[in-house]
Amino acid sequence: MNNISDSARKWALIILVHVIVVVAWHYFVVLGEVPLYVMPTPGQTIMSIFGEYNWLHNTMITTGEVFGGYALAVVVGVTLAVLFSWNATVSEFLMPLVVSLNMIPKVAMGPIFIVWFDYGLGPNIIIAFMISFLPILITTTRGLMEVEPELLDLVKSLKGSRWQIFTKIQLPGSLPYIFSGMKVAVVLAVAGAIVGEFIGSEEGLGYLMQQVQVDLDTPAMFMAVLLITLIGVSLYGIVILLERIFVKSDSRMENAA
Amino acid sequence: MTKPFIHLEGVSKTYRSRRQEFLAVSDATMDIHEGELVSLVGPSGCGKTTLLKILAGLHDHDEGIVDIGGGDNPFEPGRDVGMVFQQSLLLKWRKIIDNVLLPAEILGLPMGESRERARDLLHMVGLDGFEQNYPYELSGGMQQRAAIARSLVHDPKLILMDEPFGALDALTREKMNLELLRIWTESKKTIIFVTHSIQEAVLLGSRCAVLTAGPARMADQFEIELDYPRTLDMKTHEKFGVYTRRIYKLLGME
Repeated sequence: MNNISDSARKWALIILVHVIVVVAWHYFVVLGEVPLYVMPTPGQTIMSIFGEYNWLHNTMITTGEVFGGYALAVVVGVTLAVLFSWNATVSEFLMPLVVSLNMIPKVAMGPIFIVWFDYGLGPNIIIAFMISFLPILITTTRGLMEVEPELLDLVKSLKGSRWQIFTKIQLPGSLPYIFSGMKVAVVLAVAGAIVGEFIGSEEGLGYLMQQVQVDLDTPAMFMAVLLITLIGVSLYGIVILLERIFVKSDSRMENAA
Repeated sequence: MTKPFIHLEGVSKTYRSRRQEFLAVSDATMDIHEGELVSLVGPSGCGKTTLLKILAGLHDHDEGIVDIGGGDNPFEPGRDVGMVFQQSLLLKWRKIIDNVLLPAEILGLPMGESRERARDLLHMVGLDGFEQNYPYELSGGMQQRAAIARSLVHDPKLILMDEPFGALDALTREKMNLELLRIWTESKKTIIFVTHSIQEAVLLGSRCAVLTAGPARMADQFEIELDYPRTLDMKTHEKFGVYTRRIYKLLGME
């Protein structure tokens, strides 16, 4: 009973703070007599969806790039982390490199990726992937290595195999780490896809933004940002859902939060 | 006298790194009979844990004889060992029953029977009704009970315990001491119990080995002839005091 009212209160607060911001935005524009090309009201932003641009197509393109790049990042990030965890020498050798690579502002790599991979949907997927896989790799590697040595002794005293240690202890133990990396990666994957579209693309919401910017169609730019945000939020929602399913009702959920 | 279950003779072990050698165990000589509860007591660095790891087959020894099982009581390394550590090391994402089943899974034992056995063991360690709980829902003492049940699930012949109650508060620890004596009596297992606590070593052990540090060696070992069932008030008995004084003396603390 208490739990239900607690969560109702939590959701009410979440909705309330967002409503307040939207209302404040509206009155800021109206009362401040802000010109349309500087900032539209929330209503004008929403209305721009009925404009002449192909919103559906461009949103689908960007969604495809984000989800594609992200899926690739999860698969490659986790796979590399597993390889690292299986060979201490490889990981000792490569992990410092991974950490320094992670320090590069990856968005700045965008133009270089365009040179390497050319324009279009595929290259944008690759950019989204390149930008978002490092945090997954790093957190997963850490998770896989965090096994109590005595637990390994216990398994080894029963002649447990490397594979058993991996499937029964390491992998399930690293799930909270994998998900924390995956959550960070969502925002990066979205940024990666948009950067790709900014730099060179003929479709997608990032491309659309640059087109309408020329005409100072600010409501359409706001709409594009809103849609990009929604793509990110949807992906984040999916990740949270998966986390709820796989990282079950144990203490790790509270620790991770 | 029947052949001992474990025969140790002059066992020693030295850890070597590039720069230095570290003598971890020496002069370990003792016979342990089936069904005994042997306590290994001594300060840090006396080689208790190393000796335990040698018995578990996790480390090789450099010198001496380590002979476990034989005759009508064969011992299969990698099968007949159960281990309990200071931390319960329960897997946070597994229910208690599934934690207890881990050794059975690793050994590939038939799961139906093992599940049955795991339930019986949880009953024996006093965790009825907690099968479907997660470890975080249990207190430290209860987690250690689950860890003990886990060490027994594959019906091993030798249980090795490395300070299993070291992380518990003093009162829970005394309660768990009595629980362990009961579990030992019921399960009839051979248990080797490593501890820092002289009182614990005397209360629990049917035999006690005293190890000293710097250099690490087994200083002495003797039987503890206190009556069963053992009770906490035995700690005030004169005979108990004789044993603890003997250990203090061996450790150079008198």
